[in-house]
Amino acid sequence: MMRRRRPRELITAATLRDRFDRRTAMLAAFQGGIGVLIAARMTYLAVFENERYQLESESNRVNLSLIPPRRGWILDRNDLPLASNRADFRVDVIPERLTDREGAISLLSDVLGLTAADRADLLQRMDEARGFQAVEVAQGLTYDQFAAISVRLPELDGVVPQRGFSRYFPTGPSVGHLLGYVGPASREDYEKERNPLLVTPGFKIGKDGLEKVFEQRLRGVPGARRVEVTASGRIVRDLSTREDVQGAPVKLTIDGPLQDYAARRIGLESGSVVVMDCRTGDLLCMASMPSFDPNSFSAGIGRIEYAMLRENERVPLRNKVLQGLYPPGSTVKPMVSMAFLEQGLRPEQTVFCGGGLRVGNRVFRCWKRGGHGQVDMAKGVYQSCDVYFYHFAQAIGMDPISAMARRYGMGEKFDLPVTTQFYGTVPDPAWKLRRFKQPWQPFDTVNATIGQGYMLSNPLQLAVMAARLATSEMVMPRLEYSDTVPRFAPMGVSEQDKMYIRQAMSDVVNGPGTAGRGRLPLDNVLMAGKTGTAQVVGLNISDGRSGPWKYRDHGLFIFFAPFDKPIYAGAVVIEHGGGSGAAYPIARDVMTYLFDPQKGMDALLALEKQWGGTAQERLAAQYRAYAAAAGQSVPAPRVHAAAAVDPVSAESRLPAPPAGTTMPAPTGSAAAAAGSAAAGLVEEP
Amino acid sequence: MNRIVPEPISRQPWSLFVPLLLLVLFGAAVLHSAAGGSMTPYASSHLVRFGVFVLVALALSFMTRRFVRLVAYPAYVAVLLLLVVVEAMGAIGGGSQRWINIGPLVLQPSELMKAAIVVVLARFFETLPVGMVNTWRALVPPLVMIGLPVMLVLTQPDLGTALAILFGGGLVMFFAGLPLRWFVGAGAAGALVVPLAFFFLLQDYQQRRITTLFDPGADPLGAGYHITQSKIAIGSGGWFGKGFGNGTQSHLNYLPEPHTDFVFATMAEEWGLAGGLFVLLMYLLILRWGFAVALSSEDRLGRLIAAGAVATIFFYIAVNLLMVMGFAPVVGIPLPFLSHGGSALLTVMICIGLLLMVHRWNTRVSPRGLS
Repeated sequence: MMRRRRPRELITAATLRDRFDRRTAMLAAFQGGIGVLIAARMTYLAVFENERYQLESESNRVNLSLIPPRRGWILDRNDLPLASNRADFRVDVIPERLTDREGAISLLSDVLGLTAADRADLLQRMDEARGFQAVEVAQGLTYDQFAAISVRLPELDGVVPQRGFSRYFPTGPSVGHLLGYVGPASREDYEKERNPLLVTPGFKIGKDGLEKVFEQRLRGVPGARRVEVTASGRIVRDLSTREDVQGAPVKLTIDGPLQDYAARRIGLESGSVVVMDCRTGDLLCMASMPSFDPNSFSAGIGRIEYAMLRENERVPLRNKVLQGLYPPGSTVKPMVSMAFLEQGLRPEQTVFCGGGLRVGNRVFRCWKRGGHGQVDMAKGVYQSCDVYFYHFAQAIGMDPISAMARRYGMGEKFDLPVTTQFYGTVPDPAWKLRRFKQPWQPFDTVNATIGQGYMLSNPLQLAVMAARLATSEMVMPRLEYSDTVPRFAPMGVSEQDKMYIRQAMSDVVNGPGTAGRGRLPLDNVLMAGKTGTAQVVGLNISDGRSGPWKYRDHGLFIFFAPFDKPIYAGAVVIEHGGGSGAAYPIARDVMTYLFDPQKGMDALLALEKQWGGTAQERLAAQYRAYAAAAGQSVPAPRVHAAAAVDPVSAESRLPAPPAGTTMPAPTGSAAAAAGSAAAGLVEEP
Repeated sequence: MNRIVPEPISRQPWSLFVPLLLLVLFGAAVLHSAAGGSMTPYASSHLVRFGVFVLVALALSFMTRRFVRLVAYPAYVAVLLLLVVVEAMGAIGGGSQRWINIGPLVLQPSELMKAAIVVVLARFFETLPVGMVNTWRALVPPLVMIGLPVMLVLTQPDLGTALAILFGGGLVMFFAGLPLRWFVGAGAAGALVVPLAFFFLLQDYQQRRITTLFDPGADPLGAGYHITQSKIAIGSGGWFGKGFGNGTQSHLNYLPEPHTDFVFATMAEEWGLAGGLFVLLMYLLILRWGFAVALSSEDRLGRLIAAGAVATIFFYIAVNLLMVMGFAPVVGIPLPFLSHGGSALLTVMICIGLLLMVHRWNTRVSPRGLS
């Protein structure tokens, strides 16, 4: 009936039935297609991409954390630890995992006694941490604090108490400048090395001194802990742990007890003591005081303590052995004499000293206003007559003297594993022309020949000069221990000349010389030496002996002993000590300690009684006073558990007291073991 | 036929029950693992619910044509009113709410609507004169009937359920024989409207779920996290999986919703491709049975109800599986018979009940009417 309207198709129940069947088939086909798509997709994911997703699943599941390696020990020449590690309690937080950040921080603050500044600092470090990076809250916790945090762990997600190790320097300030200190790696350190170990909490790198130089050797190989973690970071179980490998030890030529003794003997002065073995070049001690306690740095130095060190005019942050430059003063006279001898001056030749010498239109005074009368070379050395040297230096000229100064180690940069070495100046006409565009003048020679003027050297160079004077060999200092005995080139000094200068230098101390009080209180050992006094400012400002500290003269002394068969040589420089009288008694006591520890120790203990304790004790007291002045209360100083005498302290050389504690003898590894046991918490090497 | 099994038992549609039972038991095993190796809280309640809902389905299967014709419209209106009530409660309570608490029962009316829309549309097209199928009368009333619940559900907002209702209703219209060009036209219009809807209708989090679909790596810890972790779980399973109870993605909480929306990923991690293919095969058997029921139905009502129920079940399966494999946005649609969750299981079991009902109509009719 609708046929006339062409386009309208006729719809019947059969049509609909037909459509239904067709359309269900379409849907079934569509479903089949989807099913195949899903199966194919799943096959692709699970079979072809399986390796990739398995890896991703593992990296989800497994969290790898590094265990900081125990640092290698720094040993002295007798294998005693100058720097070791102490078991230590530490607490870290993992910011990502903190469920209750405020609560955790306030609880930690209560337990650990964090100040507002500490908290602000901690919050800043937490914000900077990325991912599951842990942030150190505090180290050096007492056992009680550690326990208090540990029992509260269930309510402290993301807080991780740890047992670790911290660096321990038994003699503290005595080795501060030599060994340096350790601390957390800075951003620059990390950018340089790109090693994830550097940002591992509890890991410290050497920041100065030998700790820095030997960083890679001391570092060791980190351990690793693989743990299974949930998505929220909760640790489910330990999967495996790889132990760390402790860093290799570094053995030095330093004699630990001697280093401690020398550092403490400097006392209230500011200065340095270098002692070396002139047969091998071994540096036995490189003490520089005042210093800092490197233990304070390894536990993270406080702001106040650092300010105290930075503000001190005696620069306790500078290693004076290597970075202190001083006019050598009269200590150059034996060396200048060697130049005279080489140039053919006969030692018997004399000059008359009337207390001064006119050079050009100016009179250069001898230190002894009254004059020395007739002076030959020996008297010129032991009486330190300036006129003798003024006279003959002008006759010979500057160039031979400068050349000789360089051969004796002045201006020399030694091949030592140290961070910085200032090597000073040995002036000569060419140098002055280059530097000041001025010709050399006779008065320059006169100044240089008594170690003043442009001449500058560091205490290590002075010690090397002493060793080379003593042996007439090109002694080279070394700091890393070796069993081999080096063969030094001879300096081409005749036996006769060598003996002559030795005798003259012995007379400085043991004869009619300038350092009569420097004679060793021993029957069989004579020390030879040479005093020096270096002016800091002109006589018109200060007489050099009194007045403001920083205008006083430097006191210097170079020495070797025994004078006839030299074993030890060295130098003492006391900044603004008011003259050589401040320096040679220290050299005397240090040498006495080497040959007779008991006598040396008696002298030191008597002095320390006057000064108010050992260097470490005085530093702690100074810190407390400074902090009190800054209006801060300071926690009680960290008490180190070393009840017995530490094997590298000066006292360790003394014979065992009749009753009570036993003290280890300072030789061999047995002593090291005994010492470690005595120190209690120190880990085994 | 040699009958070893008694007739009343062999008469039952075992080709449905066997895969269904296997799937539910397998689901219980997966849920047991997802709960960290424990029957509680997921696996046991999953089995209990299934047991209850099987009874519901069986009860539904006894409904007669007359009864269905009688209640189709009232049931639809009732569910629609429930949706309005939920909406009103949500507005009063100051938040989006999708369910009504009736004693211990948590009823989600939007789930019931998925079944109700199928039945009501089947009823509508049954009564629509055959000749009007090509006219607007075949188009406008169903669109209104679909549109009302879809709008209500969208405001909840529950995009997944809205799409499910749209899909189920649309397919019933499709099966009812409406001109094909209308569907093509609607598809073309949809292609225009969808981008607009994306920007103006969807909530912010819904938009992100869709954008991350195309680049899940762009924000692996944010919106793409779900998809990334799901793909890791499926991909790390390999051929035969990590072993029962050894899934790390699920046990260590990397996988979001390991017992509901992402239950397939939980399963695939432990059972691998083999487990996945088994699940797909079971779905194939169930859907094939559903199609067989639809095709063997002699009357229009039964055919449309059966086909609509099959389409609704299929919609769940397809969208969920495409989602966990990173082919569809995360829309919060659970996987039938495997996921833990009462409402969704109830919906698919109602669909199964409707299929059983039509199956029963078919078996009753054939001996009587045709012989």
